Amino acid sequence: MNFWEYLGTRHQQLLTDTYQHASAVFQCMVIATVLGVLIGVVSYRSGWGGSLAITSTSAVLTIPSLAAIGLLIPLVGLGVPPTVIILTLYGLLPIVRNCIVGLRGVDPSLVDAAKGIGMSRTRRLFKVELPLAWPPILTGIRVSTQMLMGIAAIAAYASGPGLGNEIFRGLASLGSANAINQVLAGTIGIVILALLFDAAYVLLGRLTISRGIRA
Amino acid sequence: MPETAAGPTESAPPRPATSGATIQLEDLSKSYPGSPAPAVDEVSMDIKAGETVILVGPSGCGKSTTLKMINRLIEPTSGRIRINDEDVTDMDPVKLRRKIGYAIQSSGLFPHMTVAENIALVPKMTGWSKSGVKDRVEEMLDLVGLDPREFHGRYPRQLSGGQQQRVGVARALAADPPVLLMDEPFGAVDPITRDHLQDELIRLQHELHKTIVFVTHDFDEAIKLGDRIAVLRERSHIAQFDTPEAILTNPTDDFVSGFVGAGAALKRLNLTRVRDVGIADFPTVTVEDPLQSIFNKLRDGQHNELLMLDRRNRPYKWLRRGDLMRAKGSLARAGQLVHDTVTRDATLHDALEAVLTDSGGRVAVTGRRGEFIGVVDMHTLMNSVQELLEADRLAAMEHEHDLEHLRAHRTEHELEGGGSGL
Ligand SMILES: Nc1ncnc2c1ncn2[C@@H]1O[C@H](COP(=O)(O)OP(=O)(O)OP(=O)(O)O)[C@@H](O)[C@H]1O
Ligand SMILES: [Mg+2]
Repeated sequence: MNFWEYLGTRHQQLLTDTYQHASAVFQCMVIATVLGVLIGVVSYRSGWGGSLAITSTSAVLTIPSLAAIGLLIPLVGLGVPPTVIILTLYGLLPIVRNCIVGLRGVDPSLVDAAKGIGMSRTRRLFKVELPLAWPPILTGIRVSTQMLMGIAAIAAYASGPGLGNEIFRGLASLGSANAINQVLAGTIGIVILALLFDAAYVLLGRLTISRGIRA
Repeated sequence: MPETAAGPTESAPPRPATSGATIQLEDLSKSYPGSPAPAVDEVSMDIKAGETVILVGPSGCGKSTTLKMINRLIEPTSGRIRINDEDVTDMDPVKLRRKIGYAIQSSGLFPHMTVAENIALVPKMTGWSKSGVKDRVEEMLDLVGLDPREFHGRYPRQLSGGQQQRVGVARALAADPPVLLMDEPFGAVDPITRDHLQDELIRLQHELHKTIVFVTHDFDEAIKLGDRIAVLRERSHIAQFDTPEAILTNPTDDFVSGFVGAGAALKRLNLTRVRDVGIADFPTVTVEDPLQSIFNKLRDGQHNELLMLDRRNRPYKWLRRGDLMRAKGSLARAGQLVHDTVTRDATLHDALEAVLTDSGGRVAVTGRRGEFIGVVDMHTLMNSVQELLEADRLAAMEHEHDLEHLRAHRTEHELEGGGSGL
């Protein structure tokens, strides 16, 4: 069976996997973004707080994801929970870092002006600082998403959802007729998803970054 | 500039503007953590309602710190601040700042908001109605001489430095605060634009009568804008706090005279405006007048010269008798185009400059829309300057006399044992 025939016979399964892959990444990205921005907002104004946030989130990244999943299984079991935890944790770093860098990069004279015209702390954050830091934060979200696409494939090891199942099935039966097709289908699916997400982010950027600060 | 500003502002403004409030600083000090000496050391200052007070002094002397304590961007270490006799030292700073306009050097406009959004910020925060805010934005743009239709939707980066500054001032004034704080607002623009902006501020203040506290380290700017100037030395100690005239003619010590710099007499010219000296009439004709009547006017009158106005009554050409002889039936090429005009708000310094560069030794004075009002010539200028300097000398002598009197009085008092440190 060549690759195209393989796609023809298995498209139902492939579409389901692709959908689940995308949905897992998307949902974890939402959680990671909310958490990441929250951590950034809480820590950016303190020197050591910001460093701690960046160091601890990057420490997570140094753990091989496969090992991390393996370690999680005894704690939370198989399936969705370890997948969500791993993806969210790994997705945090670029968002936290860019959020802190972005918020710290806001021109101090603008913060001064915002205070000076009588904006409260919260209003300043939501009306001035976050909108100005949004472009780097969005870049962080993009980088995170790309990374999670690959890491999500590994979640299949813990019986998680997604295209990783194709790849693992193929790898487990190397030598059999469809092994290469399976690995190939999973990988290509992930690449296509990554490109689609990226396009969506470009669109999101156009819609959410003010024309006044767009590059 | 005046042309663009003409229009709706000329008609009655929709609401009467709030005029200034008094500000009192009482023994205000600020020590920054980690530095032994205070940055501002026990400043006391009484600022009258509707007054423009300039804080001027060398870099690092604590001007900005003093200014920022008024809206509590910097919390004073000790001392009190009163605005309109209300102690605001412990008031919620956010509420306080909404009643105090604040404009800074880099304009401080938020780059992700349009001009209109920037200006609308404070009125919106203070709970104005939507339509009220909208009208106000237009009104403010108009007030600072920017065409609302053109600039409304622009982003700050699409404006020149001078335009950004104008919008900054518009934003500071949008909620009609009684007090306006300005920290070197014109420090980052080129000298010509700065001059324009200063003129605009003078015009605005004529209309609005806010209490303005303005920081600069440019003494000429201080003279031009200030009703009173506080010359500060290090740690914001007040070296002299007086009218520009008094500081120019009677500096208290070497520090102040050093700051005044050379050419006090010339600087004096910056203190008087064209509106305060005699603006003379001048025979005029308009471009629409028939040639023959222009001829007749020149021939009959005692004048050798006429000023020709364009259709909108703006000075257009100087016409001399000889020009007409050579004109041969058409005035298209005859005469000399008017290069420079001054407004009634221009300083005598500007007027002198214009007169000196004009071959005829006079300059046309125009109104807000550029319409002709009269002329000022060399003779008038010389006379007024001499009168001014003479008056200053008298005032200085009187002041000296008063001081001596006071000193004598005080010594007497102390000798009697009544000196209680007052
Ligand atoms: N946040 C701060 N922390 C510590 N010291 C400060 C701080 N801000 C200002 N200073 C010090 O306080 C003094 C007064 O500063 P300030 O900014 O008020 O000066 P300035 O008169 O406005 O000067 P310039 O004309 O340069 O703007 C300076 O010696 C400065 O170093
Ligand atoms: Mg300063």
